Amino acid sequence: MAGAAAAATAASTHAMRDASAAAAPPVYVFFNPEEAAFIEAAVERLIPADENGPGALEAGVPSFIDKQLSGAWGAGERLYRSGPWHEGAPTQGYQLPFTPAELFRHALRGIRDDFRQRGSQPFGKLAAQEQDAYLKSLETGKLELDGVPSKVFFESLLSMTIEGFFSDPVYGGNKDMVSWRMIGFPGAYANYYHTVDQHGMQFTRAPMSLSETGRGVIHIHPDIPAGQHAPPVKKGK
Amino acid sequence: MVTQLPETDAVLLGVGLVGTILGRELTRAGLKVVGLERGEPRFTVPDFQGPAMHDELRYSIRKALMQDNTRETLTFRNTSKETALPIRRWASFLPGTGLGGAAVHWNGQTYRFQDSDFRMRSRTQERYGKNFLPDDVTIQDWDVGGAELEPYFDRFEYLLGVSGKAGNLKGQKIAGGNVFEDPRSRDYPTPPMKEPYGSALFRKAADKLGYHPFPQPSSNLSQPYTNPEGMTMNACMFCGFCERYGCEHYAKASPQTVLLPVLLKDKNFTLRTNTQVLRINLDNTGKRATGVTYVDASGREFVQPARLVIVGAFALNNVRLLLLSKIGTPYDPQTGKGTVGRNYAYQTTSAVEVFYDEKTNINPFMRSGANGTVIADFVSDNFDHGPHGFVGGAYIGEIMTNGRPIEFHPTPVGTPAWGAEWKKAVVRHYNHTAVLNVHGSSVATRQNYLDLDPTYRDAWGLPLLRMTFEFPDNDIRMSAFVTGKAMDIGRAMGGQRVDGGPRKPPYTITQYQTTHNTGGTIMGADPSTSVVNRYLQSWDVPNVFVIGASNFPQNASYNPTDTVGALAYWAADAIVRQYLKQPGPLVHP
Repeated sequence: MAGAAAAATAASTHAMRDASAAAAPPVYVFFNPEEAAFIEAAVERLIPADENGPGALEAGVPSFIDKQLSGAWGAGERLYRSGPWHEGAPTQGYQLPFTPAELFRHALRGIRDDFRQRGSQPFGKLAAQEQDAYLKSLETGKLELDGVPSKVFFESLLSMTIEGFFSDPVYGGNKDMVSWRMIGFPGAYANYYHTVDQHGMQFTRAPMSLSETGRGVIHIHPDIPAGQHAPPVKKGK
Repeated sequence: MVTQLPETDAVLLGVGLVGTILGRELTRAGLKVVGLERGEPRFTVPDFQGPAMHDELRYSIRKALMQDNTRETLTFRNTSKETALPIRRWASFLPGTGLGGAAVHWNGQTYRFQDSDFRMRSRTQERYGKNFLPDDVTIQDWDVGGAELEPYFDRFEYLLGVSGKAGNLKGQKIAGGNVFEDPRSRDYPTPPMKEPYGSALFRKAADKLGYHPFPQPSSNLSQPYTNPEGMTMNACMFCGFCERYGCEHYAKASPQTVLLPVLLKDKNFTLRTNTQVLRINLDNTGKRATGVTYVDASGREFVQPARLVIVGAFALNNVRLLLLSKIGTPYDPQTGKGTVGRNYAYQTTSAVEVFYDEKTNINPFMRSGANGTVIADFVSDNFDHGPHGFVGGAYIGEIMTNGRPIEFHPTPVGTPAWGAEWKKAVVRHYNHTAVLNVHGSSVATRQNYLDLDPTYRDAWGLPLLRMTFEFPDNDIRMSAFVTGKAMDIGRAMGGQRVDGGPRKPPYTITQYQTTHNTGGTIMGADPSTSVVNRYLQSWDVPNVFVIGASNFPQNASYNPTDTVGALAYWAADAIVRQYLKQPGPLVHP
């Protein structure tokens, strides 16, 4: 009885937590409200909800981008940042002085000013078709957004949207592994030895996130040392 | 303040694949060896364990195991008329760092180069005449042959436990193996891996077209194996997180799984990680190395004197270390004189996608780094080049490594890059697409080379390496021809649609192609056109040996690691059997 009661309580707590999570607006630490409104509307156009399942907004991609930009990646982790700065050829890759955080800040400011200048209502209030047309103009046009070529910003936004949609949920996007369920990617699961030669099989196992404990069969060899101070290995032939 | 350390017999610059092999062979010969590794110490446990290792964002996209660009990168331009600019983030190729080097995050594709590769210039002239090669193509012979290297290939493959099927045992051709390979003295240490679905579809189509498909030789093992060093490995689980990742299962051959633990127990070996070598020091004659200067993780500078210096870093870093140390004459593309940095080459790759109906589950996530089925009918000089007017070739294979969705979400040509149509196409094709790779050779030319950048510097204030590279016309023609053959195979694989196309210029550093950067410290018979002799000994400073893919005078069709491993054992053998008995030049041109 006690067990059943506890289970019932746990279930209802769980349900309550789910409900409140669904209702609670995302907390942004990088984006200001105006920027967040643009990002939320834009990612939903880049990967919209449809009959196949949720889009980038519902998957939590804006939170993913917010976390990335407020952390080490946003600050220019692994980005060589010494000058001098030249535009260079397209084959030479990214050559702007901006960190990803700076790039987004400048570009979003530029977009805000662009809308103000044109006397248009903000991006988030436009019809879907108009939003798509604006995103297309960023992707292909020559607009400069407070020093950031709109193409470069669009490329960053699209690649971060795809990253957030398909990366492990521990990073804040791909909520409940929705994208993985949609395409049939099993995630961090680690062992297909017994299925790789079952050609064409339908793999139906639920996906696994990094946040779950290992469910795959992981073989740790007891005779192989982990480091310098481990015991000697067995001599073979 | 610089700390002078006591002299050691030999110092290793880099403790990756080459450093670990040389360390083992030299300590075995009784030498005291110091290994300097610029990156972190890392081991299968705890550093490569799942599920944390199965993180596409961290390892594939943010490139956690790769060289940190903020400390050290290189600059790039397509031609010497342009200003080279720093590669601010890796994309086209991914130099690794850390103990075990790039052999931690490699895929495990383990092919032997062929004798025709080692004699590429002379064979081309013999078979097609003196005027077949354009003037600007500077391919040359390696001054070592396939038969000479066979025992060293054999030794390296038995160290790794390579899974494969011989196609030529002592001259006897064996159907189902690579019938184009040079004779091997014995079969692979372990049988081929299981064949995934897409590979089986490829094999059937290639068979039907009269080609000779065989299982790709793989250092992801098909079964447990104990190597001659006493190291035991496990069977690969096909987890789909191989290249760009460390292997949690002890199933991918890497220094950590095949040799390093043995070396680390040797009293004659000292490992120092987080040590950045600034230069090799020379005496006042400039003809003898006295040791190296390095900086530790805290920024303290040390001089490590050594009687023998082994440069075994990543190919690009081998070149840079020689240039920074002023060993040898830098190559000048204007005059064609000088050798260090000469004959930088790459790999000419392309891909073909076969889109199937929704009932065909390819299951791309059930893969490993080096599983798959390939043909070598268009590799190297395995076919008549006479009518085609190019040299070199490519293998074609269904060798998919993963289904990780940030990078792998194939859509047919013409699909928009985002929006509703894109999403529908991704969902439709994700599990129903097989991808063929065309992995091709790269000739050396007069225009493509490496030198030091005049402007940009690393975190220690030293000039970055500068790369000048464009795909040579020869390789563009090769890619067009072999990719056409791959399209034909793709069409015979029973899909609904086949997309793809050959490699086209310009070369861009913005798109991943391969990390098979070669040349710059090439081997050869003539000191005016090579940096090291046939034993990989510097022509200029005989107590310096430089070992790696930087020794390749040009790049062949196959992946380079097997040949790098064979060269490492070949050089180690020469050092132990010849050099140590009588230190000095091993070749007198």
